[in-house]
Amino acid sequence: MPIPVEALLKKKEHFERGPHDRRSEDFHHELFELEEQGEWIVQRAPEPIVPVNTKFGNVKKVPKAHLWHHKSCGQCGHIPGYSTSIFWVMRKLGYDYTDPRDQTSCTAWNYYASATSNAAAQAAVAIRNFATAYESGFFPLIHCGTSYGHYKEVREELLKHPELRAQVREIMGKLNKPMVMPEEIVHYSEWFYALKDEIAAKQVRDFSGIAATVHPACHYYKLVEGDAIYDADVYGGQRTAIVTGVAEALGAEVRNYSTWFDCCGFGFRHILVQRDFTRSFATLRKIERMKEEADPDVVLTHDTGCVTTLDKSQFAAMAHGRNVGVPVMSEAQFAALAMGAHPYKVCQLHWHSADYRPLLEKMGIDWEAAWAEFQQDLKRLEAGEKQYLTWDDVG
Amino acid sequence: MTMTNDRSAFYKNRQVAGYADVPFEEKQRLIDLVKADMRFPDYLYGCYECGICVAACPSARFYDFSPRRIAQAAARDDTELMYQQMQEDVWECSQCFSCVRCPRGNNPGGIITVLREVAVNAGLASAREALEGYSRIIYKIMSTGTQVSPDMLQPDAFPDWGPEVKDVSDNLDMWRRALPPETLHTTSTGWDVDEKTLLELYLIWFHTGALDMIAEVDEGLHMILQEVMEERLEDAGVEV
Repeated sequence: MPIPVEALLKKKEHFERGPHDRRSEDFHHELFELEEQGEWIVQRAPEPIVPVNTKFGNVKKVPKAHLWHHKSCGQCGHIPGYSTSIFWVMRKLGYDYTDPRDQTSCTAWNYYASATSNAAAQAAVAIRNFATAYESGFFPLIHCGTSYGHYKEVREELLKHPELRAQVREIMGKLNKPMVMPEEIVHYSEWFYALKDEIAAKQVRDFSGIAATVHPACHYYKLVEGDAIYDADVYGGQRTAIVTGVAEALGAEVRNYSTWFDCCGFGFRHILVQRDFTRSFATLRKIERMKEEADPDVVLTHDTGCVTTLDKSQFAAMAHGRNVGVPVMSEAQFAALAMGAHPYKVCQLHWHSADYRPLLEKMGIDWEAAWAEFQQDLKRLEAGEKQYLTWDDVG
Repeated sequence: MTMTNDRSAFYKNRQVAGYADVPFEEKQRLIDLVKADMRFPDYLYGCYECGICVAACPSARFYDFSPRRIAQAAARDDTELMYQQMQEDVWECSQCFSCVRCPRGNNPGGIITVLREVAVNAGLASAREALEGYSRIIYKIMSTGTQVSPDMLQPDAFPDWGPEVKDVSDNLDMWRRALPPETLHTTSTGWDVDEKTLLELYLIWFHTGALDMIAEVDEGLHMILQEVMEERLEDAGVEV
């Protein structure tokens, strides 16, 4: 019996997931029903909105402006150029936001590392942050991939379990905060994807000679898999479209490699107290594969843990003569560089480990001059001319 | 030929694994806590041993660890095996949730989260051992509201991350002041968190019992935290 090769190949050309998939159930129905029942307030995504497609065909609303930046511990603490680039790009595109001091960590790194928490504590932390955003009038934008995936998990648990909602409501009562769930939980990389054309319109550096590999964060697309952006024009809709969509819009060549779906090896607990696992996995399954198969100029990803793991794991591996040595950054920093951002004042690449200088040279950036400029700024701070570098200083 | 119910060959030797055996009733008590957790029914729908989770699992590559065995033990209600896993296996999981590509919709990583919580709450030595060196993170969260901070980047803590760690540590204050975002000028916290917010986080952990778990992980830390935070709450006029 002949194999229907043509029919099979035709299916691969354009992959469609339909509403018949049981996983296509749209959580918004339950979300708004609970609001009608008085269980919580659903904070609506403010206009202007960019509608994007998600895995099983549901449309997600990504607001462009009026955003409450829910920051990432690891980004702000260890790779602050990442957070800085997110703010910088948003400022350049002219969209208003707030950078809150009344935001706690999502505490999900701790939850996944040590389990020294429980469902109620995690849900209460999430709702407290959401309520605080709601009270400010700005809509939450989540910086970290794990915060994002975890908050999606929390949303599922709250939608499903009235007893959890009751527990959290009691705690919010003690804190004098309302029960609030945003209409969408939006990751910053979804904002970058939704605005990729506006970002590309402001591009001043030519990235046509830059080859990139993309590493997607597990917690972005594996947790609550239906709520992640998929685009028929990116990987034929077979892989999540964030990061890649932005890199391609900027003219970079995105190259494939065999371990695309693998975790980076962060491990939450492992990266802190059992790092031999993290760096072994990151080296053997990700960086070496990328180098052998794709030879990229840069590795792009969209999560704190992934940037940290893939960047920082290379030094020890190099000492063992492994095939490593490729710079790692977020697509936010990549986009900022494309838009003319200073590699040190904005992208803060001096906090990174793997050598990024060859990449900057390929981008046509004189990094020596840039570093000298940054050193000048540091001298001014040291001399007490000003206390901090400001947005006006970085261009 | 006689059939035997002696299944001792299936389990790792307890003395080799390094923890003393406990009565079956105690194991059952702990496993019952796992199964009673609100999240448990969402994480387990029955496993048909396809092994897709193992293929996707990063920890399975380096450790004698299998998300399939986790799901199988739970699905078969195998108290002995689940207890052994709680003692020996659960801390190897990297919590990436690649295993959620399970065609049945199981979540072995999620089952592990619950197993871990029960282990911590029960004060198991294996849990304490796995979290040795980790409690500084818990202290960081509770005292600053963020999980990591720039001043944690010390060369002796991260020697394998390369010479840039020393550069950060040597220049920390200046490099933080050279960050445009106004909330990032901090060194002992990820970003600037206001006092009220910090107290709210503490109260959440207090009211949900998460604080009690810290006592099981590190009693000394728990005492310090309690003292420090209760003083701050008193200063703010909040009664607990």
